[in-house]
Amino acid sequence: MNQASVMTNNSLSKHVLKMWVAVLLILAQFSLVMTNPVGFYQEHGGWLLLFLLLALFASGYLMQMLTTYIDGQDAIAKICSFVVPSLFAAAMLLVWESIVKGFDVPLVLLPAPSGIGVAFINNLPTLWADFQQTYLKSVVVGYVLGCSLGFIAAQCVVQSRFLQNGLLPLGNFMSSIPIVGIAPVMVMWFGFDWPSKAAVVVIMTFFPMLINTLAGLKSVDPLHADLMHTYAAKKGQFFLKNQLPQAMPFIFNALKINSTLALIGAIVAEFFGTPIVGMGFRISTEVGRMNMDMVWATILMAALAGSMSYGLLALVEKKITFWHPSIRGGR
Amino acid sequence: MHKRLMDKPWFAVICMIGAVLVVWYIAALLLNGNQLINTLERKKVAWSYSHIVTEAYGIKRPPLPVPHQIAAELYKTVFDTKVTSKRSLLYHTQITLNSTLLGFTLGVFLGILIAVGIVHNRTLEASLMPWVIASQTIPILAIAPIIVVVLGAINLTGLVPKSLISMYLSFFPVTIGMVKGLRAADKLHSELLMTYNASARQVFWKLRWFAAQPYLFASLKIAIAAALVGAIVAELPTGAQGGLGSRLLSGSYYGQTVQIWSALVMSALLGCLLVWLVTLMESWVLKRRGLTV
Repeated sequence: MNQASVMTNNSLSKHVLKMWVAVLLILAQFSLVMTNPVGFYQEHGGWLLLFLLLALFASGYLMQMLTTYIDGQDAIAKICSFVVPSLFAAAMLLVWESIVKGFDVPLVLLPAPSGIGVAFINNLPTLWADFQQTYLKSVVVGYVLGCSLGFIAAQCVVQSRFLQNGLLPLGNFMSSIPIVGIAPVMVMWFGFDWPSKAAVVVIMTFFPMLINTLAGLKSVDPLHADLMHTYAAKKGQFFLKNQLPQAMPFIFNALKINSTLALIGAIVAEFFGTPIVGMGFRISTEVGRMNMDMVWATILMAALAGSMSYGLLALVEKKITFWHPSIRGGR
Repeated sequence: MHKRLMDKPWFAVICMIGAVLVVWYIAALLLNGNQLINTLERKKVAWSYSHIVTEAYGIKRPPLPVPHQIAAELYKTVFDTKVTSKRSLLYHTQITLNSTLLGFTLGVFLGILIAVGIVHNRTLEASLMPWVIASQTIPILAIAPIIVVVLGAINLTGLVPKSLISMYLSFFPVTIGMVKGLRAADKLHSELLMTYNASARQVFWKLRWFAAQPYLFASLKIAIAAALVGAIVAELPTGAQGGLGSRLLSGSYYGQTVQIWSALVMSALLGCLLVWLVTLMESWVLKRRGLTV
């Protein structure tokens, strides 16, 4: 036992040296990309590319070493489970930056990540205005309306076998058709400003919410229902203490699906006509002007908005459905 | 007898369709009628309600076309025009269908490949899985115009850029479903294979692949619907090259509401058909294994 731990310590120290070499390799590649003038792969030929491959290999090795610590329970495992994916993303960005700068890829085709970052920071006021128009107005209003309507509809539908028989096939039908296509019609009805986008979002988010909430409300454990019955629970109590908590994982599932759908709906609806602000408008006009770094900056904004709302929902879900096996069990 | 009829699923579905149609006609009457009254009053022509009711369902560019107008347009553009003509809806449907199917196929292969990698390699799981999930929180359809323009700049136009977007949308459900499915093998079975000293490849082909099939088909149904949405949205910025998406866009530019709605109905039919085909394949494959769908 003692010997074994000494062994692992020895091999660990050997690995630590190798890992430092890997880190150095990656940093060297990074500084090479950042300091050299663009087009260095074309000037110096292929041997610099070899260096990029080496750095990629090094980051792969680093990730592999770090994943061996992930399965533990201690603080290192927690850090590693965060570091490994970030390392992967960093490696991908490094390759992107190197290729774009090294081969001097035209801006129209693909801007470098650093260029996108610069465009993002320089155009923050414009991007913020777009964010307000698209996200804070159309998405949030449409999302709240669509989700609450779906939730209320599910309450009504769950009471009646007849409505369930009729609405469930309709819901399944709606999930297999491209609802985004309704966007031009909504723009025609509700005008160019944000209400038409909110309307698209309402329609897109309604059915996933309805179907999921319905499944959740129906998933009540018969034993629990019997228990509530022996307690002589009133209808409201039955709903609040039994039905709703059991439906929560399903509801959060729908909320998470809908958070992405809502953003997609709002942006696509803006392709069909908007006032001169909004993320969809920005993308379609800047593509027309070949301002690709601005387009990518808008996408970065949309990505940030999308993943942040998803992350926020996941966090709230963790707090509310803490009892659910998928959260309690860790993995 | 009455009670039993109410419990039949098909009766409920028929009632629902009937209700949708009734609401549709009433809404059309209100929307179109109001517009009609406005134009008539602007022209200072006398009108009566009975006149409006008969006229409201026959306007050329109504705010809300009624089902029989859409059906007539569908019949005209599907059966009365040649398939090769640009006025034929089938011509546009086939363009969309091509990129959907290509993107779907690519996406399924990519999704399965990633899932196999994730299941067999812990490093890949730790580094890739968070990004696979994060990639779906990004409203990727927003990238559609860029991909189309960028690939157009290097002379890649037509089918490929659109199907790349379909591919991106469809790979995710497949990856998630397959990771779950490949791990869903019966514990006893995998232990048995372990006692046989089976290699990873043997475990994959003799056990995991079969355990994953039900999950795969559930994902395929989501993936093909997503691929269709991707193809249609990708056609929005490409302009006049054809496809259901460009029909939607040109319809909205010229206020041709009947054209928009017929393209919408066509895409709904196409979506249903594709999902139904996957379901058919699912029941065929799973029935051979004695599983019920």
